[in-house]
Amino acid sequence: MAKLTIAVETCKGCGLCADVCPRHLLALSKEINSRGYHPIAISDQDQCIGCAFCARMCPDAVIKVEK
Amino acid sequence: MAVVYEKTKLLTDKPLHYCPGCTHGIIHRLVAEAIDELGIQERTIGIAPVGCAVFAYDYFNCDMMEAAHGRAPAVATGCKRVNPKNIVFTYQGDGDLASIGAAEITHAATRGENITVIFVNNAIYGMTGGQMAPTTLPGQVTTTSPYGRDPKLCGYPIRVSEMLATLDGPAYISRVSVHDVKHILDAKKSIRKAFETQIAGKGFSLVEVLSACPTNWGMTPQEALKWLEQNMIPQYPLGVKKEVE
Repeated sequence: MAKLTIAVETCKGCGLCADVCPRHLLALSKEINSRGYHPIAISDQDQCIGCAFCARMCPDAVIKVEK
Repeated sequence: MAVVYEKTKLLTDKPLHYCPGCTHGIIHRLVAEAIDELGIQERTIGIAPVGCAVFAYDYFNCDMMEAAHGRAPAVATGCKRVNPKNIVFTYQGDGDLASIGAAEITHAATRGENITVIFVNNAIYGMTGGQMAPTTLPGQVTTTSPYGRDPKLCGYPIRVSEMLATLDGPAYISRVSVHDVKHILDAKKSIRKAFETQIAGKGFSLVEVLSACPTNWGMTPQEALKWLEQNMIPQYPLGVKKEVE
């Protein structure tokens, strides 16, 4: 099982990570961060395989992946 | 739990000012990771350009300088020649490198200056509001080519990598893209190779990275990456353009 840690405050909600997730686990949150963006959120942490595609695609380096 | 991937320490904690979905952030990270992996942080000097990446000096956790518009290769030449042990790289956009800085980059390349150039090509002037650049594609709409770039009026886009590869000076020139994970991994290898070329003292190295500008292209980040893949790559073919063993 893998674990994603998302730096919510620096995420700009571009959604590029969501497009590359092979399990389609990422989507923009309904919450708004202090900079006015909807940050990315993971729907089902247990399904994450820790491939780190999302982290490698993220332009703002907000995702940390552990496995 | 073991860390599979986390932000490199070669990037500072300052949040990037780039627009959402701008691939400058990916390219910053790849350059930072390459410097980190090669263990050259303490002797690396980066030269920031004028353009969207003008604040690059705030983001890299190594010594950084700011150059006048287009003059980063000239400043890098000084940094390298005064102490050849320095590892010197410039980070330049297409407006900076291919337009106002066309003379500096050409002469640094033909002199075979032992520096590394990261050339970010997004086919438009980003910071100034989306004007036509030397790299704008034929037919591409910008604020100064509202009906699409007409080559009869404005000429054709410059293929910088191919042009510089005709010179005798450069040791390594390649073009990469960052529109998906596979190409990001390839781009990382290429950037690392460019730094290794400099460390080995072989001479001038340049990596051209095709980059997306969702804001000025008037697209979502997703549409912009698709547009890059479908339109920019046919105009700017990927691959190694020159490599001296």
